Amino acid sequence: MILADSLVKTFAGKAAVDHVSFEVRQGEVLGFLGPNGAGKSTTMRMIAGCLEPDGGRALVAGFDSAMQRRLAQTQLGYLPEGAPAYPAMTARSFVRFCLRARGFSGADLDTACERALDRANLGEAAHKAIGTLSKGYKRRAALAAAIAHDPPVLILDEPTDGLDPNQKDGVRALITAMAPDKAIIISTHLLDEVEAICTRAIIIADGRILADDTPAALAARSPDGDIRSAFRALTSMSGEAISSRPRRRAP
Amino acid sequence: MTGLNAIYRRELAAYFQTPLAWVFLTVFAIAAPSLTWQTGRLFETGRADLAPLFDYLPWLLLVLMPALAMRAWAEERDRGTLETLLASPVALWEVAAGKFLAAWTVAGLALALTFPLWIAINWLGSPDNAATATAYFGALLLAGGYLAIGQALSATTTNQVIAFVLGAAACLLITLAGLPLVLDALSAWLPGAAAEALAELSALSRFESLRRGVISLPDIAYFLSLIALGLACAMTLIDARRGGGR
Repeated sequence: MILADSLVKTFAGKAAVDHVSFEVRQGEVLGFLGPNGAGKSTTMRMIAGCLEPDGGRALVAGFDSAMQRRLAQTQLGYLPEGAPAYPAMTARSFVRFCLRARGFSGADLDTACERALDRANLGEAAHKAIGTLSKGYKRRAALAAAIAHDPPVLILDEPTDGLDPNQKDGVRALITAMAPDKAIIISTHLLDEVEAICTRAIIIADGRILADDTPAALAARSPDGDIRSAFRALTSMSGEAISSRPRRRAP
Repeated sequence: MTGLNAIYRRELAAYFQTPLAWVFLTVFAIAAPSLTWQTGRLFETGRADLAPLFDYLPWLLLVLMPALAMRAWAEERDRGTLETLLASPVALWEVAAGKFLAAWTVAGLALALTFPLWIAINWLGSPDNAATATAYFGALLLAGGYLAIGQALSATTTNQVIAFVLGAAACLLITLAGLPLVLDALSAWLPGAAAEALAELSALSRFESLRRGVISLPDIAYFLSLIALGLACAMTLIDARRGGGR
């Protein structure tokens, strides 16, 4: 369902993503792990069609994200980093806008909107302006917009960032419930989240894949059988290179 | 077209969900008649026409249209919602056209707020209503041209204030280009043909014939081209971000 084939992206002469390749099949939840600036979000943005790769290609449900962008994006739900949304809109009107932009109308739009708001557990917050909501509710509003059209492919950039423990459990349960029908990529800094919901994990640093395995197999790589130790051991060499990477401009 | 419709509805709602449209319409509703009465001395001309309104309208529009256009792309880039749009299966031209048409609708509403002046003139005398309608049509086209230029410059930055300043400066340039003062000054530096070409590019001189009630195809084509150029520039700048990223 998702294929990254030797993806390359360069900013100011530095490779942010360096020949990254992987595949995600239906039923898989891939956890994308790595230090800040490792290339996780850039890879996800290339798959989502927000960014064109300098080399390689990304396929979503068989459609090239760059060459057949709109076809690929009809198959995709994408939660960008920071879960951006329009603060003056209510969560409900934001979800309805995203659905309308995807061609939904009438009863289909109403049904899809209510189902997404319900699945994201927005409750009464659905009627409030997004700008007045807490960080957790804002993220859930953006998540509802990403899943509303029930796409076969989901790319979620830090979906539980800023949520309280109960909300985190709720989002994890939602991802687990959706997983059998979809191919899902999530990026996260929370290693317990990877162990809880991911069927596979990729550790990336300096734009290169360092490991691609099941969470259990990754944990087994460290002497104490802990995924945190494995992560630290794999990424410790990349710290200096990452900290010296030039800042990229905001969009 | 579903994408265009969705973007248009969202953008139009966004103008009225924030104070922007209300402040804009209020300022326009006060400034346009004030300039017509106080500076244009509408009731002292002794003529039943809206010439004083259309004398000052380009200057009002060149300040207010960039204010309306400044948020178009700068706000999307600043808030990160541009990424949500770029990940939607909506053509970029639909996004640009939806944003433009929403802003143009607000500009049209602002112009409609001056209709009481038109009604008053009809009550006081017998104006040439066809000429006045043509002048309003010209003002709408002029507003569209300024909006498109403003939205293109909004795509260059994440800062709405910078977008406004750039937009107002660009609108001032294409307006001033047609003034005799500027043309006389430039004719000393530029060959005659270049000065003439510059005068042809002036929004003010193109608006001049429309405001007199003369419908000319080249003038309409000029304003439509200006709108198309602005939208094309905005699309090119945003599409370049897809290749360049953050």
